[in-house]
Amino acid sequence: MSPSNGGGAGFEYNQELGGRAIPRSRDGSRSPGWDDPVDLDKDPAAVPDPALIDVPPELRREFEEIIGRYPERHSAALPVLAAAQRHHGWCSPQAILQAASVMRVTPGYLTSVATFYDMFELAPSGRHQVYVCTNISCSLRGADELYAALEAAVDGDPDINVRHFECLGACDIAPMVSVDQVYYGPLQTSDAERLVADLRAEREPLPELALALRPNADAALEEDEAAK
Amino acid sequence: MSSLLLMRDIDEPGLADIAVYERRGGYKSLRKALAMTSDAVLAELDASGLRGRGGAGFPAGRKASFLPKGDMDKYLVCNADESEPGTFKDRELMQKSPHMLIEGIVIAAHAAGVNHAFIYIRGEYEEQAKILDLAIAQARANGYIGERILGSGVSLSLVLHRGAGAYICGEETGLLDSLEGKRGNPRLKPPFPAIEGLYGGPTLINNVETLATMPHIIEMGGAKYAKLGVSGSSGTKVVSVSGHVTRPGNYEIDLGIPSREIIYDLAGGPPAGRQVKLWFPGGSSAPVLTAEDLDVPYDFDSLAKAGSMLGSGAIIVVDDSTPVLDVALKLAKFYRHESCGKCTPCREGTNWTVRMLERIDGGEATPMDLDIMASVQDHIIGNCLCVLGDAMAMPIGSMIVKFRDEFEAHLQSRQLAGAI
Ligand SMILES: Cc1cc2nc3c(=O)[nH]c(=O)nc-3n(C[C@H](O)[C@H](O)[C@H](O)COP(=O)(O)O)c2cc1C
Ligand code: SF4
Ligand code: FES
Repeated sequence: MSPSNGGGAGFEYNQELGGRAIPRSRDGSRSPGWDDPVDLDKDPAAVPDPALIDVPPELRREFEEIIGRYPERHSAALPVLAAAQRHHGWCSPQAILQAASVMRVTPGYLTSVATFYDMFELAPSGRHQVYVCTNISCSLRGADELYAALEAAVDGDPDINVRHFECLGACDIAPMVSVDQVYYGPLQTSDAERLVADLRAEREPLPELALALRPNADAALEEDEAAK
Repeated sequence: MSSLLLMRDIDEPGLADIAVYERRGGYKSLRKALAMTSDAVLAELDASGLRGRGGAGFPAGRKASFLPKGDMDKYLVCNADESEPGTFKDRELMQKSPHMLIEGIVIAAHAAGVNHAFIYIRGEYEEQAKILDLAIAQARANGYIGERILGSGVSLSLVLHRGAGAYICGEETGLLDSLEGKRGNPRLKPPFPAIEGLYGGPTLINNVETLATMPHIIEMGGAKYAKLGVSGSSGTKVVSVSGHVTRPGNYEIDLGIPSREIIYDLAGGPPAGRQVKLWFPGGSSAPVLTAEDLDVPYDFDSLAKAGSMLGSGAIIVVDDSTPVLDVALKLAKFYRHESCGKCTPCREGTNWTVRMLERIDGGEATPMDLDIMASVQDHIIGNCLCVLGDAMAMPIGSMIVKFRDEFEAHLQSRQLAGAI
């Protein structure tokens, strides 16, 4: 069975199963496909029994605070999954089980939601998330070369997860990256080594290129020769 | 010279703080609006001629008037998903002037008789979400949101909701499903959200910039606002310019100025020695225009007449250093990734378009493949639940028409390279 396929055959929510990835279609798209048969012997989905699920108290409080914001508890699905992911490092079956038990929905429901959105990690992933925008405006200014340089600098280090990302809404600082949810740009290909070194040394990466600290469309950009 | 409304104070230090915003005259428009009846506020919005800034350009006053009257839960959702490639205006507005958006939301809520509001912000905008959270808390503490706002009869709750990375959640009904905690699949319309939207209730959905413009309309009066810009496209617009220009950034312009002024005078044009080859006037979903169209006035109707659209107001410039095939392939891959998969023409069409472009790039295609690719685009347009499919088919279709020679030459050169 392909590990990344939809269908969900044999995918059980068992606390013991900690390391198992949530299935998603092979090309990474949102339409899962039907390569695997459905397991007809499986028990019907059920809301987990809260008495049987351990949820860390601070995480439970966070879930409950989020659910309380909405007139309808299902609306909390995205922020609850995000909180679960922050706590567990990814949307592990255990994370989803805990979220489902507090939200009083089935784990399958939350899995179907998690597989739709790019920011949910469906497999164990590094401590640092580096999103490299390789969409149109960034690629016109060298984003594909930047991505290659970052991949080379990371060199398979499982602590740093470098991902292609679609337009991050910061094409004014292209090519740009989002590192642990903070935007940086414009980056030179030569910045890749330093960014990775900063992350490994637990320093704030490339502080002078952080978007929040300066107006966009700044003077430095005027000098910048567009693209490669 | 352009009038500045939304970006007038944008670089004022500390504008995100309520004290600074109030010192610059902030929340005065809200006081003024609250002293008016909701019908009077609606009339001002109508008179302003403001058209939606999120993509479709629907008249904002008219949309707000579609919500049924009467005592029931009604909703306003601010669309801050901003995921259209090339677009980054809402990000700057929210980051630097969050209270302008909040003020606009309360004004719109009063006009439409809404009592619950949400801001749906894309998940990647973490810094902007933090800034908005703080601003919402300040606005609540100062009595601008909550029960009986500033002693009036108007009450409004406001919740910031963060998405989690999906372009389709910018489409208004996909957004509603996502806000209800589901996969962000668009809904069949009708019913339109104004009648049956969030939680089945009447819902008004507007873009960040649309709402942020409302305090200015109330301040100056709808009739005066309508005099800015040109007939059919009143007011100012924040345009995001990116790609091959020397000064990428957000520029507020009076609608109707020549596009050339935005691309060259404001954004600096392409780097020395290079020429504009093609440009997207309204985000990556807009059919491309070429150097010949640079003098088209930048407004809704002129761009439509030129065969494209103003869309989200994002200009992406591509110069002659980049092959058109690279641009088409980037776009097609984006739409393939973002298709929600619900409709066959969109799900399969985006996938096959990518494959055909890759065949051209690999030298395996024949010129007939270009015709097939063009017909795939024709079969997507108008045949889907939402316009994401069209959003790929329109620009790709326009590239095949306008740059067919280059596609064929590209194919030939790859075939030659393969033969050697
Ligand atoms: C695929 C797709 C993506 C969209 N993304 C956005 C978006 O990110 N932000 C936005 O304001 N509108 C977006 N729209 C347009 C919305 O559906 C809607 O028309 C708009 O939010 C209405 O607001 P307005 O009337 O103020 O423009 C998108 C539409 C489609 C079809
Ligand atoms: S057109 Fe595409 S994105 Fe829109 S509903 Fe259909 S499949 Fe989903
Ligand atoms: S294309 Fe990279 S941020 Fe928009």
